Amino acid sequence: MTAAVEITGITKRFGDVVAVDNIDLTIADGEFFALLGPSGCGKTTTLRMIAGLEFPTQGSLKIFGDEVGTLPPNKRPVNTVFQNYALFPHLNALDNVAFGLKMQGVDKSTARKRALETIDLVQLTGMDARKPSELSGGQQQRVALARALVNQPKVLLLDEPLGALDLKLRQEMQGELKNLQQNLGVSFVFVTHDQEEALTMSDRMAVMNDGKLLQVGSPEEIYEHPANRFVADFIGQTNLLEGRVLDSETVCLANGAHVTGTSDLPMGTEVAVSLRPERAHLGPRDETHSRQAAVDGVVESVTYLGNARVYHVRFDWMVIEVREENRPGATLHEPGTPVSVSWDPSAVSVVAD
Amino acid sequence: MSRLLNKTANKTAGSAVEPHGWTKGVLQANGWLVYAFFYAPILLLVIFSFSDSRNVGVWGGFTLDWYEGFVDSQQTQAALWNSVKIATVSTGISVVLGTMSALALERFKFRGKQVFDALLYLPIIIPDVTMAVMMLLFFAEFFDVLNAVFGTELRKGFSSIALSHIAFSISFVSVVVRARLAGMSSHLEEAALDLYATRWQAFRFVTFPQILPGILGGALLAMTISLDDVVITQFVTGPGWTTLPVYVFGLIRRGVTPLINAVSVVMLMASMTLVALSLLVERVRNVGTNQRRGF
Amino acid sequence: MTAVKLPSDAEAAVATPEFEAAAIRQESRRGFLLAMPSYAYLVLFFAVPLVIVVVYSFATRNRFGGTDLSGWNLASYARLSEPIVRDILFRSLWLALLTTLICLVIAYPFAYYLATRTPVVRNLMLVFVMIPFWTNFLVRNYAWRVILGNDGPFTDVTEAIGLGERELLFSKTAVVLGLVYSFLPFMILPLYAAIERIDKRLLEASRDLYASGLQSFRKVLLPLSMPGVIAGSILVFVPSLGAYVTPDILGGSKTTLLGSYIVTQFLTARNWPFGAALSFVLMAVMLTTTVVYFRKGGRTL
Repeated sequence: MTAAVEITGITKRFGDVVAVDNIDLTIADGEFFALLGPSGCGKTTTLRMIAGLEFPTQGSLKIFGDEVGTLPPNKRPVNTVFQNYALFPHLNALDNVAFGLKMQGVDKSTARKRALETIDLVQLTGMDARKPSELSGGQQQRVALARALVNQPKVLLLDEPLGALDLKLRQEMQGELKNLQQNLGVSFVFVTHDQEEALTMSDRMAVMNDGKLLQVGSPEEIYEHPANRFVADFIGQTNLLEGRVLDSETVCLANGAHVTGTSDLPMGTEVAVSLRPERAHLGPRDETHSRQAAVDGVVESVTYLGNARVYHVRFDWMVIEVREENRPGATLHEPGTPVSVSWDPSAVSVVAD
Repeated sequence: MSRLLNKTANKTAGSAVEPHGWTKGVLQANGWLVYAFFYAPILLLVIFSFSDSRNVGVWGGFTLDWYEGFVDSQQTQAALWNSVKIATVSTGISVVLGTMSALALERFKFRGKQVFDALLYLPIIIPDVTMAVMMLLFFAEFFDVLNAVFGTELRKGFSSIALSHIAFSISFVSVVVRARLAGMSSHLEEAALDLYATRWQAFRFVTFPQILPGILGGALLAMTISLDDVVITQFVTGPGWTTLPVYVFGLIRRGVTPLINAVSVVMLMASMTLVALSLLVERVRNVGTNQRRGF
Repeated sequence: MTAVKLPSDAEAAVATPEFEAAAIRQESRRGFLLAMPSYAYLVLFFAVPLVIVVVYSFATRNRFGGTDLSGWNLASYARLSEPIVRDILFRSLWLALLTTLICLVIAYPFAYYLATRTPVVRNLMLVFVMIPFWTNFLVRNYAWRVILGNDGPFTDVTEAIGLGERELLFSKTAVVLGLVYSFLPFMILPLYAAIERIDKRLLEASRDLYASGLQSFRKVLLPLSMPGVIAGSILVFVPSLGAYVTPDILGGSKTTLLGSYIVTQFLTARNWPFGAALSFVLMAVMLTTTVVYFRKGGRTL
């Protein structure tokens, strides 16, 4: 099967700034794909290059096998949902949605019919005569979606589409977008800086930083096996325990403690052991467990979150964050209590820079 | 959102920000005096234009004689039409040129952009008199050259006045349109391109409707300034091309007559009509925000 | 800056640095072509005339009232130090400064009052400031001629309050009055824009931190509204300095100002080189003030 989008060796420079640095990326047909990274990491530039709003400095960009790198946006079979929607303020919802069809020369009545159908699809039935300024943020978002989808793009590009919505609406739209994508079977390429959004919505995702592609994989792969320190830190919460590789099974932490950590890095490599707060457990010191997956420390502070408690445990000069679910009968460890932080040896990953 | 802002604005208006006591009294009085200062002279002028007295500042009963005099006077009629013709032509040309330069400056990068930007600002800030001197010397030195180079038969009069007016109107149009363009996200144009529009279609169907209020506003400004101008026109005019302000200015210098009152009021009305039009444009421009407030 | 359709009408190909450079070049050419007509127009009908003024200011007036462009000299500039000319220069500067100051004193409280009104009232008030701003300049000055003239409403008032028949017309006072009347909106609008932008909570904060009303004006409001003060002052000062219509209608022959003096050189005295030199001085003052303003961080006028 041909890939929906195939990016090979794409670089984009703005003057001396390298916005996107020689990336390779393949997005399969029918995939919900997230491009994730902090602002300025090159994710939006990558999206704009796929859309044709920016030309790559170098590299190949194929959509369903056809090279499009030098084509202008109006000649590419992709459509974009812009950040802040970019709805045409002087046109009503219907004319916004029908815009692309009219530009392609579709006759008026067909364009109108298809636009109305798409407005129904995004559940805005009856809103077609409203101007964008008369629609709420969520409704504007739907118009933007309909305006792109009505053209039956081979790939739909979305630039932070939920960024302008408040939390509740955002969560609602996440589910809807996902459903829509599954029903249509079209590839969605989705740019976001919100790691939670990327984790919950995407089939696969790419993490970018400083114009480089750091890791591509399913949300689970990326959360469980981060490729490097940046990914581990950026995706979810984690404790990064600094140390050096001792052998393929053991990492010697900076304070001398040895912990289990599987890696195939050469001995002596500076690494960090990534321990997710929810994977660690607190217990009294005298409890027996494998010394390879536990360290002793003292509770420094406790934060009550309702469904959980977060402990900060001092372990020499490091502070480890531990999240304990707030189950009935869960022990409360007061600040100052000597405790042992333990974990399943398979729950940590060893990451290098 | 804006409703929320209004609310907070009202809230703050209650405390340290809201003037009170004697400060409030002074501010209020100052406000009324400013408006009285602005409008009393205009109002008095209108009243005296209906006064049946040879003395311009004295009330001598109601009459329409002076307006009849205005209508009957061939010189004023001719001057009025000269003004209208010049304003129309110079506005038309400067709207096109000004809009193009606004687009270029706001949406493109090109070599010489900064110089162009500065050059475009100068006619706005240069004093009338200096500009008048510039144009006078220019036409004195170069009109023959221009005619020889372009094969035209331009003479001092309509063409020299219109050319001068365009020279400053381009800048005013460009500033107004540019402000409008700056407020319009370039994402809108990108969205049009993404939706299969060509560059021309994106301009025609998205950019142009968006900046139209700015273009109209700029046109009204250009027209107002052209109709107002005395100094520059006086310097570059030729035989048979006296504009209404220049004609009236000449009359005033020779001694005031009630006829001038009437002509002034006509000019005043013309200005007011243009103001009303521009306010209307402003309203259209703001419709979007008003509706959002209502929502 | 955004997408580019290539001259070759975009054949599908792998992007190369050469293609990207060509695309950027093409985009830049589009911008230049859009600017070209106005650019050329302004060079021909503005920049060239500007240069001609400078050239003329170094030329010599011949016996027949014409101008000899050969033999450049500084004679016209030397005349600037003549007592008559110096008087006119200083008088113009002084009246322009006075006008600016009066406008500032009237406009500042007005702009502040405006900025603290509710949006509806504020918009209405602004409209009524804009109307005189748009109204025919000549007519507005003429209105004062009518009011201040013989037996006009002004003398009626002064007689009624027992000041006797006062003649204001054809005096410096009348000129300043006319200038203030003409340019007051130019002061109000930027001041209002500057004050309106200030977060009103800052004033509350200053009061909370024990500042008196006067102190919070001097230490918070005034410094923050400075860009408006400067912009407004330039917008009033520059045209006042070059004013011609107002002094001519209201000032009469006794109070010649720079603007009228320049006009005289061209239309009456026929000493074009000297007139050009005076214009150049006026322009230099204008340019210096605006450049200083932009250097100090002002963005728009």
